[in-house]
Amino acid sequence: MDNLRIATPEIFLLTATCVVLVVGLFLKPEQRQLNYWMAQAALVVTLIMSTSQIGDAPASAFSGAYSIDAMSASLKSWILAIVFGGFLYSRDYLSERQIARGEYYTLGLFGTAGMMIMVSATNMLTIYLGLELLALSLYAMVALYRNNAAASEAAMKYFVLGALASGMLLYGISMIYGATGSLNLAVVNDVLVGGSERSVGARFGLVFVVVGLAFKFGAVPFHMWVPDVYDGAPTSVTLFISTAPKIAAFAMLIRLLVDGLPVLHADWQQMLSILAALSMIVGNLVAIAQTNIKRMLAYSTISHVGFLLMGIVGASAEGYSAAMFYAIVYAFTTLAAFGVLLALSRDGYEAVNLNDLAGLGKRNVLLAAVMMLAMISLAGVPPLVGFYAKLSVLKAAIGGGYMWLAIVGVFMSVIGAFYYLRIIKLMFFDEPIVKAEINAASDVSAGLAVNGLALVVFGVVPGLIMGACVAAFG
Amino acid sequence: MISLSHYLTLAALLFCLSVVGIFLNRKNVIILLMSIELMLLSVNLNFVAFSHFLGDGAGQIFVFFILTVAAAEAAIGLAILVVLFRNRQTINVADLDHLKG
Repeated sequence: MDNLRIATPEIFLLTATCVVLVVGLFLKPEQRQLNYWMAQAALVVTLIMSTSQIGDAPASAFSGAYSIDAMSASLKSWILAIVFGGFLYSRDYLSERQIARGEYYTLGLFGTAGMMIMVSATNMLTIYLGLELLALSLYAMVALYRNNAAASEAAMKYFVLGALASGMLLYGISMIYGATGSLNLAVVNDVLVGGSERSVGARFGLVFVVVGLAFKFGAVPFHMWVPDVYDGAPTSVTLFISTAPKIAAFAMLIRLLVDGLPVLHADWQQMLSILAALSMIVGNLVAIAQTNIKRMLAYSTISHVGFLLMGIVGASAEGYSAAMFYAIVYAFTTLAAFGVLLALSRDGYEAVNLNDLAGLGKRNVLLAAVMMLAMISLAGVPPLVGFYAKLSVLKAAIGGGYMWLAIVGVFMSVIGAFYYLRIIKLMFFDEPIVKAEINAASDVSAGLAVNGLALVVFGVVPGLIMGACVAAFG
Repeated sequence: MISLSHYLTLAALLFCLSVVGIFLNRKNVIILLMSIELMLLSVNLNFVAFSHFLGDGAGQIFVFFILTVAAAEAAIGLAILVVLFRNRQTINVADLDHLKG
């Protein structure tokens, strides 16, 4: 029971989530907004608690199963801030559609707790439990829109492929456990450093672990679920799935491969480089052909996962910090893009086709400007933050001797620029099909403005995030 | 005498069967859920065998957690299945093709 202190943000969040859950049962329909405010208050308090841990000395608790270090403290704060933004953008969308609102926030908070556990876990059992807490919440969230056939089909596909991925990961973990005799990643590493005869079993397990991770990330060739889930799920849930869980998946990958199996880095570097190259190629090329904006963003996610993995492929401290930077930047850039889509969707009307964005600049300048910044940042044009993220992962890949991968990356980001710029053209140079003005709630507008501004500010001064990323692997 | 490799071979066979079950099955979503369950149980067999032969308790603890998570997973899977049946009046895997592109 020593050091329980380091888990206080998670303990607080779980307690608060249970309170939100129980209070939600007694609320009358007209008091439903209270659920939203309680969830946001819980997130803010947890955010304050976890930011106060930034800069603390690394420590671990629960027999080394749970630890806090520079990486976990800053990733947790980003996850909480991004979930806060996601709840803010989703609020009006959910209440207009009469989707079970209280449940969205409760499941979202449980998922957030799962992500925080994934980020801090240093034992394969804790990693698995955090992952499942997140995944089970996400399956239920996709199915929340229960009168919608597309949402339930997406939920079923997500569930089956997600469970398959967990099974693969578990099989790999069992092999690593059998080879090393421990579930604790630090001990696994020590054993593997000690003797090479044990590495055969661990290498066998590594293959399954990488497949499981690739499924969770949505890297090609394990990406089949991504477009269907993004398309079928209600947009507010798509926003949740596409932002913060990517950060948590990055942390899980670092814990398993970099902390636990650095001895086998030659093997996983090779596997990740193939996943990265395929993801960038398939993601960018297929995204061009999409007319549905959610599917387009899904393929864009796949391509960005490729870039993120490219940072890790180099297996150097600067590569890991570049990938961490990429994960954070990707999460809050996508948050802005989906935030605009949510603000555009009104009761009985979904902004799903590219043409729904036509002439947005004439209907609401703020939304169009934020969307433009998000698209330019995703395309990787300076001075926005997406440029610096791409630059640093490319540098890391070249530094690690993966010149061919960096060349594929550069080519693919040029091709990818086409479909991002097409959205900007649609918004500003095409005539709107529906002329009516769009009014977003004032706090949502303010949130989107801050989010858009962050893309510029962090692009001009990337050191604000990069400092923490470098410290995490220093 | 049954050795570790016997257990591992059995677990690997069960694991392969469950993966094949997920990919070849075109008829019924419930069979998918059964395959997922079989997959988790084959992993459990692995853990128990390793735990016994290594003389280390952690593997058996892991099995308890997997069993619990598998129960939660089955509950959510069946709930999604019910929602799906209400909306589509079918649980045929081949009919789940409305989302594509």
